[in-house]
Amino acid sequence: MTRAASSESPVARRILIGVGLLFLALFLALPLVVVFVQAFAKGWPMFVDAIGQPDARAAIRLTLLVAAISVPLNCVFGVVASWAITKFDFRGKSLLISLIDLPFSVSPVVAGLIFVLMFGAQGWFGPWLIAHNWKVIFAVPGIVLATVFVTFPFVAREIIPLMAEQGRDDEEAAVSLGASGWQTFWHVTLPNIRWGLLYGVLLCNARAMGEFGAVSVVSGHIRGLTNTMPLHVEILYNEYDFVGAFAVASLLASLALVTLVLKSLLEWRFGYHQARSAH
Amino acid sequence: MRLNRTHIGLALAAIVAGCSSPSSTGKDGSVELLNVSYDPTRELYKAVNTAFAAKWKQDTGQTVRFNMSHGGSGKQSRAVIDGLGADVVTLALAYDVDAIAERAKLLPANWETRLPDNSAPYTSTIVFLVRKGNPKQIRDWSDLVKPGVQVITPNPKTSGGARWNFLAAWAYGKKAGGGSDAAAQAYVSQLYGHVPVLDSGARGATTTFVERGLGDVLIAWENEAFLSEKELGTGKFDIVVPSISVLAEPSVAVVDANAKAHGTEKVAEAYLRFLYTPEGQDIVAKNYYRPRDPAVLARYATLFPKIEMRTIRDFGGWKVAQARFFADGGVFDRIYSGPKR
Repeated sequence: MTRAASSESPVARRILIGVGLLFLALFLALPLVVVFVQAFAKGWPMFVDAIGQPDARAAIRLTLLVAAISVPLNCVFGVVASWAITKFDFRGKSLLISLIDLPFSVSPVVAGLIFVLMFGAQGWFGPWLIAHNWKVIFAVPGIVLATVFVTFPFVAREIIPLMAEQGRDDEEAAVSLGASGWQTFWHVTLPNIRWGLLYGVLLCNARAMGEFGAVSVVSGHIRGLTNTMPLHVEILYNEYDFVGAFAVASLLASLALVTLVLKSLLEWRFGYHQARSAH
Repeated sequence: MRLNRTHIGLALAAIVAGCSSPSSTGKDGSVELLNVSYDPTRELYKAVNTAFAAKWKQDTGQTVRFNMSHGGSGKQSRAVIDGLGADVVTLALAYDVDAIAERAKLLPANWETRLPDNSAPYTSTIVFLVRKGNPKQIRDWSDLVKPGVQVITPNPKTSGGARWNFLAAWAYGKKAGGGSDAAAQAYVSQLYGHVPVLDSGARGATTTFVERGLGDVLIAWENEAFLSEKELGTGKFDIVVPSISVLAEPSVAVVDANAKAHGTEKVAEAYLRFLYTPEGQDIVAKNYYRPRDPAVLARYATLFPKIEMRTIRDFGGWKVAQARFFADGGVFDRIYSGPKR
């Protein structure tokens, strides 16, 4: 018979818990505290001043804009893809699932370089874009593209297991009662997955705002124009403006905390973790 | 239900529309300039831009707005080649501007001759930053290889600045060894044995030395050394000027093809020429770069002591130096095998 976990001696259990907590404190809590301590190191007015700088405000605006475009896009894509994958059988289905995971396995730097190779002045579409005076790389569209690529899997990855678990019975019943495809989706599928979807959107949003690598490659780092918040943090840090860097960083960290709270709230309110057992 | 479908369609259309951004030409007759520069010039160009904008407004009545992009010089050059629409580039090495001329043909190959002083309106040199009071008694290059001295310098494979550090050390080794390349190589080999950590860039190395408190001496740009002193703690560090160093000539150039497309040729040219005026040279000196103008240099003589200096031409130009010292399998690869344990 397998040994039950509770057969561990109380001492061993306490040590294990202690080690776990220490690890959490050292590697998660402490860095987070440091960010906020540094941000307010020279007081509240300096913090407000750092956030209020035109370049910082532009970075915040750009980050919000990029998230506002890429998250809905990935939300739509994620739902469509999951629906296709779980409710229908077709050839190349497993290939599609692997492709959705691709951005997870590709380094963000490579992801950024892909777009430079495609849309850069020396890239495939570069000359055509220049001829039509379209800017993609080193402008907002490139940053959006890179962010969409990197945050591609979040929504789909959340709801595919959920939909797979729920099966097709509800949809089949709806269709047999005469519902159109759209009605079936809107009234049957969507209500079933809404919490998983929301959770996926949260994660997607957090990553979209926090992405550094891919965006750094395609941004061009023009202050006030193509710097997102994570890039701006790096710039300020390199300028020895530690208060400014950590002030913007603390905004990003706050976003992570809000995401965490929302996620916990979702789990607590809807017993969501049970529904996600397949994940 | 149909309404929802159109909603999504509209949203998608809006997204697509948002992706097609028009070119950034100015309204109300104002003009925008994008200066793509390297890392340590942030403070310099902040001051230059303000002064030039005021002058241009006075002379022509036109408002000029500046956009700045800073990063590693090689990376920035690559970005311009890949389509970052710089009107002017102000990079660390002529080599990086050559790359733009060669690979993207955005400016003619003879760009270096279009402005005075090889298109380098300011220069800098390599000095030592040591801890206050100079506890390890570092006076010159020979003191860097004494037992127990730890030297901070970035990796010359990835950092343009670090290549200058390497060449300065080489120049010293060669001079001390009576002009022999073997002696020079022996010296740099010994020197890099005293480097506990090779950062990838100049600012990273500065942070290692200043913030993390590692090492006894930072081999640094003169302008960076002054700036670290000013920004991170006056009275915490001393600057030591070695007996021999290198003369770095950071290049500036109008990127013709981009400026033409943006209609900014005139203002871009005037902007770079402004750097050579007494006013521009004064700003340069105030930001700890060595001015070219002898009159301005004389005014700041206490800041910039005279040093025996080698230029890149003494090493056969960047292409030769790059291939010989820093390319894969080059001298640096042969002498450096990780920090001394």
